Amino acid sequence: MTTDVTTEKNLARTWADVPEIAARHRRAIPEGLWIQCPSCAASLFRRATENNLWVCPECDHHFRLSAAQRVRQLVDPGSFEEIDEAITPADPLTFTDLKPYQQRLEAARRATGRRDAIISGVGFVKGRRAVLAVMDFTFLGGSMGSVVGEKITRAVELAEAKNLPLIIVSASGGARMMESGYSLMQMAKTAAALARFDDAGGLYISVLTDPTTGGVTASFAMLGDVILAEKNALIGFAGPRVIAQTIRQALPAGFQRAEFLRDTGFVDRVVHRRDLRSEIGSIIDYAGR
Amino acid sequence: MSAIQHLPFEQPVTDLDRQIEQLEQSPTAEALREELDQLRRSRDALLARLYTGLTPWDVVRVARHPGRPQTADYVRLMCRDFRELHGDRHFGDDPAILCGFARIGPHKVMLIGHRKGTTTAEKIACHFGCAHPEGYRKALLKMRLAEKFGLPIVTLIDTPGAYPGLKAEERGQAEAIALNLREMSRLRVPVVSCVIGEGGSGGALGIGVGDRVAMLSNAWYSVISPEGCAAILWKEANDRTNAQAAASLSLTAGDNLRHGLIDAVIEEPVGGAHRHPEETAARLQHWLVEQLSDLKRHPPQTLVRLRYDKYRRIGAFGTG
Ligand SMILES: [Zn+2]
Repeated sequence: MTTDVTTEKNLARTWADVPEIAARHRRAIPEGLWIQCPSCAASLFRRATENNLWVCPECDHHFRLSAAQRVRQLVDPGSFEEIDEAITPADPLTFTDLKPYQQRLEAARRATGRRDAIISGVGFVKGRRAVLAVMDFTFLGGSMGSVVGEKITRAVELAEAKNLPLIIVSASGGARMMESGYSLMQMAKTAAALARFDDAGGLYISVLTDPTTGGVTASFAMLGDVILAEKNALIGFAGPRVIAQTIRQALPAGFQRAEFLRDTGFVDRVVHRRDLRSEIGSIIDYAGR
Repeated sequence: MSAIQHLPFEQPVTDLDRQIEQLEQSPTAEALREELDQLRRSRDALLARLYTGLTPWDVVRVARHPGRPQTADYVRLMCRDFRELHGDRHFGDDPAILCGFARIGPHKVMLIGHRKGTTTAEKIACHFGCAHPEGYRKALLKMRLAEKFGLPIVTLIDTPGAYPGLKAEERGQAEAIALNLREMSRLRVPVVSCVIGEGGSGGALGIGVGDRVAMLSNAWYSVISPEGCAAILWKEANDRTNAQAAASLSLTAGDNLRHGLIDAVIEEPVGGAHRHPEETAARLQHWLVEQLSDLKRHPPQTLVRLRYDKYRRIGAFGTG
């Protein structure tokens, strides 16, 4: 896969210069010329880390990406056309906790430049055309409310209509509490859309990234024909803190990590970020139409 | 000691309940019938007043009342010839989900429901109604059995949530629920559900994707429990923040109906299902029979399409 690494590095440089995406680019990663790896504490030169697809060259820690960064890393340069950009969150329950939901949405919008926790569209991955939906953990923890549910569902429907493979990259803390029952029902809605896509013989590749938990894991994320997970990604139904409270003991090392899910039988392959494009390309060659 | 366990907001009826019980047990009860009737009328009037002013957090407490009828009670009160079917044929038999053939009115059905348990031993075995993956897999296996033989499916939802434990994660809690959501959406037989107590998040929805979904009037249904929501968004779960979270989550039957997230509310008798299990079961049975008779008119492909359309429509968002 050495050639891939070189290609990815070059592409990463190229994509960073794509203006329409760069304009929306907000960081899941701290600012500054130098950053510290949260895993091995090494001081890393930002530009070098970015060119390494935001993977720590010292310890292979995979930094969390925004949806825009992820799209840029995944698709062939210039090939991505976003769809359903105009779908915006509503506040059907006029939800208020310590802050009104509207305020939280506005703050997230300002911080990320996005309208909600997802980008969807059509693009090419290593020359194969596919429908992509990419979640954004930097927007309210990648939570799924009506917008995420609707955009996932539309992406599934588009893949079915166009007879294209579907790739969903998940990064989510789960269902969005501030839309309560509406969020819960997005789990049923997305799963039902995937049932139709499955009936139609469509290929769905689910990519689980750090973190994928709660209602997203318990709906579309776990329904891939092939499920890939990025190295060491946290993946689960309940969050580790809740589980530790329930069982009143410390959790074993590696619990709920990608490798753990592979070993317990719930993930097909654990993938290093630099190999993700070639993995997807290969699976489409085997199973796509 | 009173046979009825009173919730905090029911305190005003405690005295009346005690007087009524004493009179009922007295050897002169027959002679005091008029007085007894008078007391009962006052108690019921007071209860009616208390129950119309319930806050969402009060509703959650009614839904969790220790005397509230559970799936097993409705099976006893509503079904004939119940034949329990155990096991997921892979891992084991999760007692937190009860499955079996049953007759309800004129209908032969597959009945599936959460089980919380009543004795301490039962409650522990059932993890207080929190199912493990093998519970959801058992439910799906029995639903497929029903589909094969054209039996409609009735599910009774009553869970604080799917079990959040180490073993549940190891055995794929998320995958089990996800698969149920997908497969229930394309079952070729009628699926009718009712939230009879607690509708806690994905653990509830995991057996709750139906053509018609109802809630009993004192049940709750939401994406997260009020305590879970309070702990995250209010940073602390206590009586005050739980009550605020319960109100914000729009978790009552009325709220869910108003937002089009369920199809019907089945009114409990005054004072809640725990005071009137038989009458509540009769009302539930009536609704189930009506829905099943109606849904049986549709050919399978129409059923599946209508079910899809129903969930496809749910969502609140802008487009500009
Ligand atoms: Zn590192």
